[in-house]
Amino acid sequence: MSSMEVSNLTRETLKKMFSEGKRFDSRELNDFRDLTIEFDVSNKAEGSARVRLGQTEVVVGIKLGFGEPYPDSPDKGNLMVSGDFLPLASPRFEQGPPKYDAIELPRLVDRAIRESGMIDLPKLCITEGEKVWTVFIDVYPINDDGNLIDAACLAAVAALSKAKIPVLGSDGKIDFDKPAKDPLPLSEGIVPISLSFFKLGDSIFLDPTREEQEASEARITFGFSTWNGQLMSNSCQKYGDAVFTQEDVEKMMSLVPKKIEELDKKLKANL
Amino acid sequence: MAKEIKRSDGRKADEFRPITAKVGVIPNADGSAMFAFGKTVAIAAVYGPRLLHPQHMQDPQKAILRCNYDLLSFSVADRKRPGPNRRAQEISKVTEWALSPVIDLKEFPSTVIDVQIYILQADAGTRTAGINAASMALAQAGIPMSDLVCSVAVGKNDKTLLVDLTKEEEDYEEGEGATDFAVAKPANSEAFSLLQMDGKISPSLIPEATALASEACKKIYEAQKAALKESVTSKNSGEKTK
Repeated sequence: MSSMEVSNLTRETLKKMFSEGKRFDSRELNDFRDLTIEFDVSNKAEGSARVRLGQTEVVVGIKLGFGEPYPDSPDKGNLMVSGDFLPLASPRFEQGPPKYDAIELPRLVDRAIRESGMIDLPKLCITEGEKVWTVFIDVYPINDDGNLIDAACLAAVAALSKAKIPVLGSDGKIDFDKPAKDPLPLSEGIVPISLSFFKLGDSIFLDPTREEQEASEARITFGFSTWNGQLMSNSCQKYGDAVFTQEDVEKMMSLVPKKIEELDKKLKANL
Repeated sequence: MAKEIKRSDGRKADEFRPITAKVGVIPNADGSAMFAFGKTVAIAAVYGPRLLHPQHMQDPQKAILRCNYDLLSFSVADRKRPGPNRRAQEISKVTEWALSPVIDLKEFPSTVIDVQIYILQADAGTRTAGINAASMALAQAGIPMSDLVCSVAVGKNDKTLLVDLTKEEEDYEEGEGATDFAVAKPANSEAFSLLQMDGKISPSLIPEATALASEACKKIYEAQKAALKESVTSKNSGEKTK
């Protein structure tokens, strides 16, 4: 599944273990690793967070700047999610133009957050059709031990929840030195959560370590949020050569409500 | 199954826009095809299997499937800057994965099969039209395949599942708004090789959406087979396609 292959021996061993419902770290197939969230990773950011999911670590910083609105949304602020797989975070990451995985991650985080309506973009309009706030969400994996997308989304949501709008100086420019007070306008109660299912053989599992992820044959990432009190899926994308059957889809969806409730609780406990 | 609602073009919930499928539209290619859902028009060309350069990209065990999807600059309302952007790169990659399960890549080690997909006119559903065209083009190129791949976007306006959304329907804003769910599957299996979605849909409705897509894919399969058969019979009767 990645450019660096796991050995056939490891893959076959994992396939056999998964089929028996076992994992090297003795978790159940649908268990997440321990989640910790820290804030204020950088005091220069408008909001920032560090998420650890087992050995996986991701930092996200929010910056705000002026932008021009897009022609199809003249009265809304802009959202831009970018990310960089720094060679710092893994021997697998290399210098150079972004590869597919590094392009996909910010796009999936973008869609989970944008489609959920978490950020109240109309409130980020300054002058309709001319000037709006652009919210930059920048994602940096610090240590990649698998499941970066879910970790990145958790970190982005955490960072957004604490983000503040910088103060404007008398000349109309942003004064980054003045302490910001106004929180970023967010929609009440909307907490987007990314959930990635991985497949090896006939087994489906959550929150893989790097090794489990590299052995997997396909992945499907969903974005979920609550809308009008109901759980909704806002995005989904399949990755990899293997296929998901109709039965797989039904099985995964039946797991969703419980898993999302669990992650939502863990996330909110930290906010 | 979706219940009846009013669509602006008068279609039923599970009805496609008019489908046009044609094989052999690019004489230079080893295989080529055009596929259209209403105003969305995709063309695809297959070149290969051919030797892959640079050599270090070769896989001695199998052929590499390399897809390239892009919009032509004039295919959308605001001119698209030529050249691939991140959206196009992402669609190219998921298209590869949508097609690869049916192709016998082990047959042609160290080679590449290039699939070029371009959108002439976009009115939603471009990636699905592109996959349908590419699947036919691969078949015409004589690449050994276990099945054809069929692709369709099932979407949702408010709470109603719909097949093959138009751009207008993709922009629907009332109630739960619009959901766009692109699905691809090998025609004769109950497994999905592409699942990509944006919008707002209850998890319990997702299996229903994929089942609806499965059903809809049958019609695409028929259109693809008919176009492929026609390309063969018209050649046999000596009518050369220009």
